Amino acid sequence: MTHAIDKTNFCNKQTRVALRNCGIIDPENIDEYIARDGYQALAKVLKTMTPEQVIKVILDSGLRGRGGAGFPTGRKWQLARQIVPDADQKYVCCNADEGDPGAFMDRSVLEGDPHALLEAMAIAGFAIGATQGYIYVRAEYPVAVKRLDIAIRQAREYGLLGENIFDSGFSFDIDIRLGAGAFVCGEETALMTSIEGHRGEPRPRPPFPAEKGLFGKPSVLNNVETYANIAQIILNGPEWFASMGTERSKGTKVFALGGKINNTGLVEIPMGTTLRTVIEDIGGGIPNGKRFKAAQTGGPSGGCIPAEHFDIPIDYDNLISIGSMMGSGGLIVMDEDNCMVDIAKFFLEFTVDESCGKCTPCRIGNRRLLEMLTKITEGKATLEDLDKMEKLCYYIKENSLCGLGQTAPNPVLSTLRYFRDEYISHIVDKTCPASVCKKLLKFTITDNCKGCTLCARKCPVNAISGAVKQKHVIDQDKCIKCGVCMDSCKFSAIEKK
Amino acid sequence: MKSIEELNAVKEKTLARLNGNTVRIVVGMATCGIAAGAKPVFDALKEETEKRGLENVVVSQTGCIGMCKYEPLVDVYVPGHEKVTYVFVSPEKARRIIDEHIVGGQIAEDITVASVE
Amino acid sequence: MSKETTISKVPFKGTAEEEKKLREVIASWKGKAGCLMPVMQEAQGIYGYLPIEVQKIIADELDIPLEEVYGVSTFYSQFSLNPKGEYKIGVCLGTACYVKGAKEVYDKLCSELNIQSGGVTADGIFSLEATRCIGCCGLAPVMMINDDVYGQLTADKIPAILDSYRRK
Repeated sequence: MTHAIDKTNFCNKQTRVALRNCGIIDPENIDEYIARDGYQALAKVLKTMTPEQVIKVILDSGLRGRGGAGFPTGRKWQLARQIVPDADQKYVCCNADEGDPGAFMDRSVLEGDPHALLEAMAIAGFAIGATQGYIYVRAEYPVAVKRLDIAIRQAREYGLLGENIFDSGFSFDIDIRLGAGAFVCGEETALMTSIEGHRGEPRPRPPFPAEKGLFGKPSVLNNVETYANIAQIILNGPEWFASMGTERSKGTKVFALGGKINNTGLVEIPMGTTLRTVIEDIGGGIPNGKRFKAAQTGGPSGGCIPAEHFDIPIDYDNLISIGSMMGSGGLIVMDEDNCMVDIAKFFLEFTVDESCGKCTPCRIGNRRLLEMLTKITEGKATLEDLDKMEKLCYYIKENSLCGLGQTAPNPVLSTLRYFRDEYISHIVDKTCPASVCKKLLKFTITDNCKGCTLCARKCPVNAISGAVKQKHVIDQDKCIKCGVCMDSCKFSAIEKK
Repeated sequence: MKSIEELNAVKEKTLARLNGNTVRIVVGMATCGIAAGAKPVFDALKEETEKRGLENVVVSQTGCIGMCKYEPLVDVYVPGHEKVTYVFVSPEKARRIIDEHIVGGQIAEDITVASVE
Repeated sequence: MSKETTISKVPFKGTAEEEKKLREVIASWKGKAGCLMPVMQEAQGIYGYLPIEVQKIIADELDIPLEEVYGVSTFYSQFSLNPKGEYKIGVCLGTACYVKGAKEVYDKLCSELNIQSGGVTADGIFSLEATRCIGCCGLAPVMMINDDVYGQLTADKIPAILDSYRRK
């Protein structure tokens, strides 16, 4: 038995690279970051390496973007360095607009180890030839914003940001820009449009940001977790990083473990770890003896992983092959009490709300898709609707302008793939197997009823009748399934199915 | 600073401070910790160490260790001993930690992470 | 979440002092690339919302068409064209909270306060907002009232929490 948190089951199955300082150092004290080899990588790069060498190290490490899509980071930097060689200005941007509902990996790095991000952005600036960086961070993260602000000021005081860093001739500075609550601004071109001070609508690609990005200049955009790996790769070498993970997905990945799981929290695991290890060993399994139904990754762009894929090694390609995606790292566990049609509808409501409206497939297509899903959860759909819905999913994917629309139907397609039987139950049997979809529920009064009349008095539509001290009945035609009777009953005599 | 030597000097000085003979009490103060009530815990620890005039004790903050469900979390580093993590810490428990562990030298066994694992 | 785009019917009550602050903010940003959003964010910090009168000052001073300022203010969910309540309630409807019953909590708030997301109670005490993940998934389901976070909520805990603010 140990008293140290690092020795618990929760921690000792993890490998901490991006989170190595989180929970260890004081994030508002630059000295404590320096004590853990902070800014050594920047010094090494500026004193002993050329930009090309830096890019080669990142390429060789096999690091892929941790924001979700998994584009090789070294390749991105190489393009930004080479495409417009004579650009008068280039920019390094950081996507800290963590909008995936149920994910807080980036927030933890920003709040726990902000200097790791600043150091990596300076290294990226040196690699591509930029002198200015922008961090685009959610305004909903006030603590993160405050700590970033303190970190930037401390780094400037030490001369680790600003003019002529380490006497190398290289200058680099960073500014913070606050998001204002638009999920689409997580898309790279939309994010840049937003930093420019406009409505955060995406732009068609090409031209890619490496050629024409922020303010029309060549730009590189990486996510917080991607940056959090950079200094470690420079210091420990690309071979060290590439020794972790699977063939095409190197290193580790941070997941925000949430939902129906005993140990809610933040975990960092080597790529290739199985879902079983994450959920059973680290996560401590499902509470209340319930059965695991699915894990959702990739948020509104991703899909679910059912129990049959419990032993699949988690990496970019495997998750795509089973119809989900890595995403930024939200991992929400669902048990038998969650309805998969309802979950698909939840994500669609999110994307309909967050669609910026610029392109029609996303703006209108997703709205129609949501209407179809709503019809299903209300028991009004036919099997023909199901086919139409599936077709519409592919239209939206193929024709939308940006990643938001192109991935919006994924939660629907993935639940259809693994839980088609639940859709069929809603459509054909008019029942919701998990008893979630209200319109399909039936409230009935059991023999436990003492005839106290309380429910009849509480019912807002007078759907309950019965004499005092006799069993009451609910008129199913009048019932609006509000559940007030069930909440008010003192004898647990009302059932919902 | 302009050289690696200067950077290393800061590193050595800070390591000496962190690994010296001060007792460090570190509170997890990311958003999740603060939401669970870490701020009053931090204040209680500060207040209690000052009230008792404990000079060799430093109270500081850190980010998120990742184990949200046990927040607020407090780590106690006593030189020469393994770190001790306390869970579900309240201001009352914070005062117990000072009283029993820091002053009395006895780990408050019933509120460490071992008590819930 | 879903955006209100109608101009506030509440009469504008900005003070000269607020306007002075606003003009200072604008002066400090003017000329910097991409300054519109930071200016609007600080303006909302001063006034609590972005009435059209304030948007006009920003547009004039920054020499940006009002149409564009209005376009930005209606695009982002954090900008508000209407005043908020004294206590701003934000219910997290992120995934982790949702699968643990945040919808019931939200519905209860709607029925207790008799408003929907984006609304303000008639007495101006509470405003309600369904928000995205606020990053406290370990405490799900969660809501915030101004800066206070309430975790592990159930619908039946809501009336008592609201009462504690009404008594303040």
